[in-house]
Amino acid sequence: MTDTQDNTTMAEIELLTFQVGGQEYAIDIMSVREIRGWTKATPLPHAPNFVRGVINLRGTVLTIVDLADRLGMGPTEPSERNVIIVVHTGKETVGLLVDAVSDILAINKSELQSPPEMSADNEQSYVSALMIANERMIRILALAAALPSETTEAA
Amino acid sequence: MMDEDDPMAEIRASFFVECEELLEALQDGLQTMDDGEADDETINVVFRAVHSIKGGAGAFGLEQLVRFAHQFESVLDGVRSGTIEADRNAISVFFQSGDILGDLVRAARDDDVADDTRIQSILTSLVAMLGTDSQAEEAEEDVTDFQPMGLSLDLDLGGDGGDAPTLPDLPNPDSCTQPSADTFADGYTIHFLPDSSLYASGNEPLHLLRLLREMGEVDVTCDTTALPSLSALEEEKSYLSWTIHLTTDEDEDALHEVFDFVADLCTLTITGPGKPGPDMPSPDAPPLPPKGTTPPTGAPAETPNVPAAPEAPAAQVSTKLPDNKPAATVTPLPNPAPAKKSPSLAPKSNKPRPTVRVDLERIDRLVNLVGELVINQAMISQSVAEAGLPNNSAVSEGLDEFMQLTRDIQDSVMMIRAQPVKSLFQRMSRIVREASSMVGKSVRLKTEGDATEVDKTVIERLADPLTHMIRNAVDHGVETPQDRVTAGKPEEGIVTLSAGHRSGRVIVEIADDGAGINRERVLQIAVEKGLVPENAQLNDSEIDNLLFLPGFSTASEVSDLSGRGVGMDVVKSAILALGGRVSIQSTPGSGTTFTISLPLTLAVLDGMVIDVAQQTLVVPLNTITETLTLMEQDIRALGPQTSVIKVRDSFVPLLDLGAELGYRAPLDSYVGTIVLLIAQEDGSHAALVVDAIQDQRQVVIKGLQDTFGRVPGVAAATILGDGKIALILDPVDVVVNADGRTRITQPNLQLAG
Repeated sequence: MTDTQDNTTMAEIELLTFQVGGQEYAIDIMSVREIRGWTKATPLPHAPNFVRGVINLRGTVLTIVDLADRLGMGPTEPSERNVIIVVHTGKETVGLLVDAVSDILAINKSELQSPPEMSADNEQSYVSALMIANERMIRILALAAALPSETTEAA
Repeated sequence: MMDEDDPMAEIRASFFVECEELLEALQDGLQTMDDGEADDETINVVFRAVHSIKGGAGAFGLEQLVRFAHQFESVLDGVRSGTIEADRNAISVFFQSGDILGDLVRAARDDDVADDTRIQSILTSLVAMLGTDSQAEEAEEDVTDFQPMGLSLDLDLGGDGGDAPTLPDLPNPDSCTQPSADTFADGYTIHFLPDSSLYASGNEPLHLLRLLREMGEVDVTCDTTALPSLSALEEEKSYLSWTIHLTTDEDEDALHEVFDFVADLCTLTITGPGKPGPDMPSPDAPPLPPKGTTPPTGAPAETPNVPAAPEAPAAQVSTKLPDNKPAATVTPLPNPAPAKKSPSLAPKSNKPRPTVRVDLERIDRLVNLVGELVINQAMISQSVAEAGLPNNSAVSEGLDEFMQLTRDIQDSVMMIRAQPVKSLFQRMSRIVREASSMVGKSVRLKTEGDATEVDKTVIERLADPLTHMIRNAVDHGVETPQDRVTAGKPEEGIVTLSAGHRSGRVIVEIADDGAGINRERVLQIAVEKGLVPENAQLNDSEIDNLLFLPGFSTASEVSDLSGRGVGMDVVKSAILALGGRVSIQSTPGSGTTFTISLPLTLAVLDGMVIDVAQQTLVVPLNTITETLTLMEQDIRALGPQTSVIKVRDSFVPLLDLGAELGYRAPLDSYVGTIVLLIAQEDGSHAALVVDAIQDQRQVVIKGLQDTFGRVPGVAAATILGDGKIALILDPVDVVVNADGRTRITQPNLQLAG
């Protein structure tokens, strides 16, 4: 649908959409490293609740964040149907525990809308933009803000 | 400077690497001298180190370096021959000279400019030690002597024509110090035709000729007739020969002594007074064995280069040491070759150990691969175990051998990375010298255990914190000389830097013999800076630990050295980042000791795999002294929520690992549980309750991303045979941070988080 448009003015991005706590989110596909099934994580002592622990990703230690918990929707009870999206931001690689991956959408940046400012919703700070696809509202996840460290803030 | 084309750059690079080694040998030798344990060989080692640097520097046209090394060398030679006494002051100048030499080498390497004022002041001290100004002037002229061999065709005492006959290199070599009673009438004719092997073994005719020059009037003619055209010239072949007419009071033996160490590497004819010398050296005239009483230590020491003789047993080397051995016991001819070998070996304390320089990246790659191998091996073991094969099956037995091999490979690889802390400690001795002179204190650094080997990365990353702590020890730890005298201590303060292995870790201690921590003052400052509440009741060790708080600095005035406010907190975090710990012990009046405890390696460890609260964890084996199963009579209540257990005759705090990590609440009863006795650096123990012990194996350390900061009580992670991640505990950290709750006295006790 974007073939006819001028790429220089109309930047096109691809988004990976996924389900978290019954809501639909999306992230830029360029930050996704891989998608893998749920494996039991080794919990880290004294870590924040939304940190599920660490798993072995082909020899490296990968931290798993329960995205639903992070977004204020309560902890996920992970099952085999859950999915881990391995994302890379800045210099860190983190696994996001989500309910399911839905689709890959190619959209134009102009289709993104800024989220309205609503201070009551603490979760809102993790949404950088909104868009509509197939009559559904999709939230674009502000990855850096959702990830729990100063280092990712800086990145 | 030299052209930077590739081959030259390479040679240069290896020269600088060599320089580092020589500088280390130099430091070592000086330290030995400083400790008063020096023998003749020590000064020779020192001399040769300086000489070799000078030689190499000459080849690369590093004039400033050559000039300084030369002056230094002259003084050292004076020490060697006994004309200059190596007292405390002299050695202190030598140390500083060594530092400057190092500076100059590094400046040359990095195309940098060294600090000239310091060099000048040390140069002045060196010249003053030499006593005669003529020798100082000589320094300028002598620079040309150290061109590369291939260019030195004009070396036949080239300077002889116009220059004053001053002899900076060897002002007073042993070989010519005894005028013999039976003096001959003047006039020897010496034909000297060096073999190419003479050059190959690093000897230099110039020095021999110089020695002769010292003995009397010489007239040297160089025979260049054998020289082919430049195109036909074989650069390593010897073409030159010399005819020397020498008028001297020395007897013929003394002349032979000059050539003693090259006797079998040249054709030499010495014709006595009155007899006409043959035109060409006759090959059948064998060099006479020396009958003198003193083997010349001067000549062999002049050889900076690659030794020709492959074998140099220390025993043989030592035969040239005693200066006053009776002639009968000095083995004359077989000796020269091995004796010549010693100069280049000496920097490694006479132990010839061939080494290879390898890119660190390659080693790291190897370390990583071995890590993967270990994990893989664990996985295979697990599969075999799951397959239910009997232990005596071929597969199991083969696997056992495989495990053994893996372990051996791993140990060997780790050994490649391990380095003695010596080089690090040597750097510190310089810090002490500079720091003490800056604050006007007299401080000496004593090092112990500098052969202790630690992972290279640890050594590198330890340099900064250690420097800081050493400076602190000099600046804050050791008192001023007056105060020391008042306190009845020797004026000179001592900072002791020691390293050693203890309970599987490396312990580095920095101890000063100063006044100890002024705890009142520390507390007062901490209160003033708002670091602790005004009415805080702190015990001694808590006060000591205030030093590690960010922004703490006891010096009321900022001194040149330390006290800039970036202090011990930086040191502490640097050491924590290395997986280490730092602690203080201080005794008023007798000093402060900082103890750094570091892991041996950053890659692998032997661990005990344990279960606690359904989690698998790895506890470093070296921290466990004992495992016990608790009986009812072992457990004693201590406070309302804490317990101790009785281990033989002592009581040890009981800590529930599951509770301390927040995995579960304390158990109702600990009877029948397994505890690990954890040894701490200070020798005390703690008992950690675990649910089960699975196994004991090597694990590969995988760093945790510091996404959440440092996880307390957890050192790292590893991957188990089933592919799951297990956390590696830092049991001492667990113990230190433990709250120790092992009994439920409050109904809603919640330990998580």
